[in-house]
Amino acid sequence: MFKSDSFFKWLCLASAALIGILMLGFFIQLTVSSSEIWQTYGLGFLASRDWDPVNDHYGALPSIVGTLVTTTISLIIALPLAFSAALYLVDARPLIGEVLGHAIDLLAAIPSIIYGMWGLFVLAPLMQDYVEPFLVETLKLSSLPVVGKYIGSDYNGFGLLTAGIILSIMILPYICAILRDVFLMTPPMLRESAYGIGCTKWETAKDIVLRYGIRGILGAIFIGLGRALGETMAVLFVIGNIMDMPENLLSGATTIASTLANNFPEADGLQRSALFALGLVLLTMSFGIQILAQYYLHATSAKRGEER
Amino acid sequence: MKKKTIFFRKSADRLVRIASGLAVAVAVAVMFWIIFTVFRHGSAALKPSFFINPSKPYGIPDGGIANALIGTVFITFGAAVLATPPALLGGICLSEYKEFRRFNATLRFAANVMMGMPSVIVGLFVYTSVVVPTGNFSGLAGSIALAIIMFPVIMRTTEDMLGMVPYALRESALALGLTRTRTTVQIVCRSARKGLLTGILLALSRVSGETAPLLFTALFADRWPWGYFNQPTANLPVLITEYSTNSPFAEMHRAGWGAALVVTVLVLAINVATRIIFREKKHGH
Repeated sequence: MFKSDSFFKWLCLASAALIGILMLGFFIQLTVSSSEIWQTYGLGFLASRDWDPVNDHYGALPSIVGTLVTTTISLIIALPLAFSAALYLVDARPLIGEVLGHAIDLLAAIPSIIYGMWGLFVLAPLMQDYVEPFLVETLKLSSLPVVGKYIGSDYNGFGLLTAGIILSIMILPYICAILRDVFLMTPPMLRESAYGIGCTKWETAKDIVLRYGIRGILGAIFIGLGRALGETMAVLFVIGNIMDMPENLLSGATTIASTLANNFPEADGLQRSALFALGLVLLTMSFGIQILAQYYLHATSAKRGEER
Repeated sequence: MKKKTIFFRKSADRLVRIASGLAVAVAVAVMFWIIFTVFRHGSAALKPSFFINPSKPYGIPDGGIANALIGTVFITFGAAVLATPPALLGGICLSEYKEFRRFNATLRFAANVMMGMPSVIVGLFVYTSVVVPTGNFSGLAGSIALAIIMFPVIMRTTEDMLGMVPYALRESALALGLTRTRTTVQIVCRSARKGLLTGILLALSRVSGETAPLLFTALFADRWPWGYFNQPTANLPVLITEYSTNSPFAEMHRAGWGAALVVTVLVLAINVATRIIFREKKHGH
């Protein structure tokens, strides 16, 4: 009887250890599969710009830049929206707040492929017909002195900006849900004291809630960042999949994840190894971001007085 | 610090309130916009034959999605069957066996990190460790990929749900002379069974629209998914990708929207069901 007891215990431990083994397995396997490219190019692979399957030359820079730019755009759009939406949800009347909160949670449940399709058939034409002409021809952003050349004047609806917008819609509910929890964690006493000395709601939010939950907010940002970084399908549909260095915000580009999805099935030899190397880069990036996210979120839960 | 007038403070407050109301409105409006688009385009494709016939290449009339629908069910349920037992046991380990405290902290961290891993990487991993050794794309490989994504989700929810079970219950069971295994399985897990179900359903709804890993593992085929174990298996997400990006024909786009509608309804239904089950549990206590 006691033998089976300890058997069950070790079985549980072995199952739990599986997750650690898997995580190590990811790193080991991607490193082994990409060894050929590291031997050929060394770390120069990361800084090289050309991706030329015909001559068998590969570089990671366009994909890395594409990933970073789309992620940045999505955060710039999603963060203020998520922050103010969470502020509203925390203070809204119970029924309204609950219903709207559920609606935003459902937004998080929609599969990314649906966002991709919506982006391809609805958002991209919209960008091409209305938004981008407005930016380029009406506001004349591309003739601004310094930044103009990064915004660009040629548009076709696909590109970094469209991908960034789709991503921002996707990560908004994730960030919003965490921020809502963080805001709710502020002790009511603190908020009430602020109201008591005559602070407005905004001042309370900015000086009390924001400061109290700053680590949780950072955690939320990193969770959103991690989502945006690794998103494949939604980006694949709208980014244009052009393997060159993007010249400006409106030009077609590629991200690491969409390069993988687009090229992997046909690739072999050195190109396949290059794709594995890109995968390793993505894995390392999101690993680092997840660690930061866990660090900040863990710090908030410690403050909450939970036992872990 | 310069003193701000009450007018300035009040108008800043009002401005922020308007902005935050707008932000919620934007988020909810976008959700309805997306769902509305899917319903409008998707409903045009819905005919009985759409659910009965298998998918066919362009030009052959009466193509449907029946094979992809069954394939998706096979692949996701296969994933649930593969992931659930070890994930539940893993969750039990994290929550019940405090003697592994240090080790558990590391594993909990690993699970949290794995939850945020890009799914496309899982696809690469399974491609090299399953598809290459066995020599063919298969629905099973797709299931394994989805199982890897589900695993940490179920494990962490299981831990949280078991953590909510009061300690007195465990102590009473042990005091009656039950072994630890029986206490854990028959008392603790049993009283948290709705929570455990929630975790599994949540993970299911998360993976049932997952596409990127299936592109490298299950692939697609215009035939019935009976070759689940050793042949490329049809599934809805890859069908949507193929029909909407690799095909210029309106007919294929329509079928793609139809499939998108089916996936959306499926995912939202599982999601809403999960919420209802969990809410009942909360009220029940």
